[in-house]
Amino acid sequence: MKKIRLSKTNRINFATFGAVILAYAVFQFMSGTGMLSSTIRGQLVPICAYVTMALSLNLTVGVLGELSLGHAGFMSVGAFAGAVAAAALPIDSDPLRLAASMVIAALAAAAAGTLVGIPVLRLNGDYLAIVTLAFGQIIKSIMENLYIGIDARGLHFSFLENRIIFRDGGRMLLNGAMGVNGIAKISSFTAGFVLVMLVLAVIFNLVDSRAGRAIMALRDNRIAAESVGIPVTKYKLMAFVISAAMAGAAGALFALGQNTITANKFDFNTSILILVFVVLGGQGNMWGSILAATFLTVLPETRAMRGLADYRMLVYAVVLILVMLATNNPTIQDFINTRFRRKKKKGGAAK
Amino acid sequence: MSEQQKNSYPKPKLVPVPSTNIIPERDVDKRPILECRHLGIDFGGLTAVDDFNMAIGRTEIAGLIGPNGAGKTTVFNLLTKVYQPTRGTVMIDGRDTAGKTTIQVSHMGVARTFQNIRLFGNLTVEDNVKAGLHEHTKYSALSGIFRLPSYWRKEREAHERALELLSIFDMQDMAGYQAGSLPYGAQRRLEIVRALATNPSLLLLDEPAAGMNPSETAELMNNIRKIRDTFQIAIMLIEHDMNLVMGVCEGICVLNFGRIIAKGTPDDIQANPAVIEAYLGRQKEA
Repeated sequence: MKKIRLSKTNRINFATFGAVILAYAVFQFMSGTGMLSSTIRGQLVPICAYVTMALSLNLTVGVLGELSLGHAGFMSVGAFAGAVAAAALPIDSDPLRLAASMVIAALAAAAAGTLVGIPVLRLNGDYLAIVTLAFGQIIKSIMENLYIGIDARGLHFSFLENRIIFRDGGRMLLNGAMGVNGIAKISSFTAGFVLVMLVLAVIFNLVDSRAGRAIMALRDNRIAAESVGIPVTKYKLMAFVISAAMAGAAGALFALGQNTITANKFDFNTSILILVFVVLGGQGNMWGSILAATFLTVLPETRAMRGLADYRMLVYAVVLILVMLATNNPTIQDFINTRFRRKKKKGGAAK
Repeated sequence: MSEQQKNSYPKPKLVPVPSTNIIPERDVDKRPILECRHLGIDFGGLTAVDDFNMAIGRTEIAGLIGPNGAGKTTVFNLLTKVYQPTRGTVMIDGRDTAGKTTIQVSHMGVARTFQNIRLFGNLTVEDNVKAGLHEHTKYSALSGIFRLPSYWRKEREAHERALELLSIFDMQDMAGYQAGSLPYGAQRRLEIVRALATNPSLLLLDEPAAGMNPSETAELMNNIRKIRDTFQIAIMLIEHDMNLVMGVCEGICVLNFGRIIAKGTPDDIQANPAVIEAYLGRQKEA
């Protein structure tokens, strides 16, 4: 029998927090003393954004147990909502403006998550994956055709073609397929670190609570969860919306660290990339997601790997297939179990 | 099961309630916890269950038996609304369950176990029971995320209640184990504990003794009685082990090809020629 000591989960959680704090301190120190190349330094904010994305998708895939192929859609909603909010909000302090933009981005993504989740979460398995895939494409199309401008009278919206007529000194915030230009870079590595810590805390606390148990119970056995009176749709939606909100905040963090964002930055490839982080790090395994997201964001930027940039998606596809094969192969599982988990007694469930 | 043990639990006389239903005499002045009237379901052209009439007293231990494929589990699925009946009504504690969902029926006080065990395999034993306590340890998801005082208070309550329930089967030491890694018998017992955690007034057990050895079965029999006596609830069980059924059940209902062929006390059932025929086939004329 496999014994899960009650403190073990807590130990892993605290170790994860500790490792994130340590990584932050090390990167901050290296960045301060000029030990980091400028490319890596420029990647610090995207790393935090992708780590948050991976954690957020892991909540859907690992904890809720549903496959989502359109997670970049929520990131997109958050990115554009965050960029527009940051340009429109009359707040002078940059950190405050960033925080407010991220909250708005999270709310916008949560709204999108609710809208998609209500019909979609009644589906299961492959169907859910296909609909989320379509959702990602829909969001991309909407964002490519949305025009937002601001002038003294307030915000102006236009769809499909730019029909905004400005009065006294108005400016475009979101210009359709051209995206948002001239973004004030107010994201910082520290802000990214705070977001990652916040998201980790929310996930860990959620998982270890009544709602989290309900979510995992319906993942493990939906019929049994219903038989003990757990409202399945409610908790599915809850996990999905929380996950979307986190992705929205990550999108805002990402966008506000770039000069320009366009809708095709958040396409199907990005959704798959985030899924690769989650699968590679282990479903339901938060520190695994953090590691995978960090390495797979940094690696293509290093000098050695630059030449392979064109083959990036190909490499990811192969890695994804290999991981799936390896984790489902009994021989390899046995090997790992005997080699690295010798202390644990093997599960002796008699059938 | 020895004769002596059987006799130590006197079987009550069964008395008729409205039409064709019978429940133990001691429960007769209270409303039956379950009443089915002309319950039936068709799958396409196939009638799986038809004209199922049954009542269960508030503290009765009832049995549902029948040959393989008779429709026993289908009856459980009808009672818990996994399937919506094609015909007839199911009343839980006098309330009609028409149009209700599995979740709502659970809130009305019906809990069940499954023939093929359905635990939350990746959760710990304790968390499985706590999932069963879901409706009885209420606090919002936000107070869980922000660790508000209600979280700590309710979680402590849930922890204590879970250990208390696990102690029925002496399983409190296994609280930290992963449910999916438990031995078979312990998984069956955990399913019963999880069902009890929902604070039911009717507990449905689908083949609780399947895969158990005789001594485990004997222990289970005592535990079924213990659960009834402690919680004062009605229990209905499907079982193929006749020692268990005849030993523990007070009223038995025999199903064959989706129809009730006999109802009565264990003694009535054992002597009933229709039941013997259903199980053993018709005797050739000499």
